Amino acid sequence: MNPEEGPTRRGFFGNLFVAWAIFLAGVHFAGAGAVRFLFPNVLFEPPLSFKAGVPSAYAEGVDESFKSSHAVWLVRTLSDPLSDRTGIEGMYALSTTCTHLGCIPNWQSADVKFKCPCHGSGFRMSGMNFEGPAPRPLERFRIVRADDGQILVDKNQKYQWEKNQWTSAEAYLPV
Amino acid sequence: MGLKEKIADTQIWRSIFRHGYPSTPRNRALAALSNVFLHLHPVKARKSGIKLSFTWCMGGITFFLFLLETITGVLLMFYYRPTIEYAYNDVIAMREHVPFGIMRELHRWGAHMMVLAVWLHMLRVFLTGSYKPPREFNWNVGVILLLLTLLLSFTGYLLPWDQLAIWAITVGSNMARAHPLIGHEGPGASLLAVGDVNLVTPASDIRFGLLAGRFVGAGALLRFYVLHCVAFPLVASLLMAVHFWRVRKDGGISGPM
Ligand code: HEM
Ligand code: FES
Repeated sequence: MNPEEGPTRRGFFGNLFVAWAIFLAGVHFAGAGAVRFLFPNVLFEPPLSFKAGVPSAYAEGVDESFKSSHAVWLVRTLSDPLSDRTGIEGMYALSTTCTHLGCIPNWQSADVKFKCPCHGSGFRMSGMNFEGPAPRPLERFRIVRADDGQILVDKNQKYQWEKNQWTSAEAYLPV
Repeated sequence: MGLKEKIADTQIWRSIFRHGYPSTPRNRALAALSNVFLHLHPVKARKSGIKLSFTWCMGGITFFLFLLETITGVLLMFYYRPTIEYAYNDVIAMREHVPFGIMRELHRWGAHMMVLAVWLHMLRVFLTGSYKPPREFNWNVGVILLLLTLLLSFTGYLLPWDQLAIWAITVGSNMARAHPLIGHEGPGASLLAVGDVNLVTPASDIRFGLLAGRFVGAGALLRFYVLHCVAFPLVASLLMAVHFWRVRKDGGISGPM
């Protein structure tokens, strides 16, 4: 056979290399697509920020209206020494997620504390942990006035006491 | 020609059993080699290998329990709908509206037993030193089978959709938050960012991929159901075939020390 007619050795390996490169690129592309497929674009979950009426609608203490829908307690207090607002009346938004392993504590008004049913962590009304395995206080969320005067809670921004963030301007809404 | 020989001479018979009838060593080997289920087994077994005191039969019992879980599980699937509207009620109904309401208990107890049996099997393999060459590969296959057994147990835990299920999976999946790089509370999570925009957030990290949401909800239930009923059993079956095949290829069950 005339070697001019068949593929050369070098050409053969060149083609083989290109074929493998295309094949592997395709496999990786498909693989990346499959992984991306697992992350939906649309979530049927409550939005992370919501309006909660005007502050005058809230009495002093813990309000549970937004607990089951948005996982937030709105607390109104006359003074909040932990965020450096001693003697300043205002409101803060507490996360309802236990800082131990993520269960939802119950507000026990008679004992004035949040108590987690999973492993027994207890938190004061301020969110400060004082019993059980929770290693840190409940988190607080950004709370400001919207343009229309309503309270706006924004869960995209969280404030952690142990990082000294409760003193931030928008972690507490003076009323 | 007697009836027995006549039947054994038909095309149907001979297409199924491609070896002679007499119990010669050659025929016995052929019987094992020409059968897809038997060929996973060694052609010959050492006497010590079938001693209960040596293997505790724990691998065999684990496999038996896997079969039990498969059969009862498929039966349960005929009644169970993996949505938050139906899941819990379907599970209750399974106990009260269906004959042999014990099916669900069988599946649940079987699952507990399987986890127990697989640990004991691993313990006996360790105690008899059977993880040593040439069986080190099969030990590693076994480690993956152990993981799959635990994952089957974990994903099945969510399906009743009661308080225990939801909070157990909440607690369990929260561990994934702390995964390095791809968990949003893990070390290095902030390294993956484009300018100011963090790529690893509660709505994009590994836990989110597992739960299809920021918390345990409808998406998580469906995802766990598919993993529990299809993905994990499929992979486990494949690996079990490899596992049994390798017991044979590594020289049969190891001998006493
Ligand atoms: C779904 C889980 C598993 C099943 C169904 C299974 C099944 C079996 C069976 C039937 C045997 C034959 C001997 C016996 O029964 O003891 C065996 C042997 C063996 N298994 Fe497993 N196994 C599983 C998990 C594991 C695990 C978790 C390990 C260790 C990490 C392991 C390592 C081994 C090894 C090294 C052998 C060979 C033992 C010898 O030759 O003495 N297997 N397995
Ligand atoms: S999750 Fe709240 S105490 Fe463990």
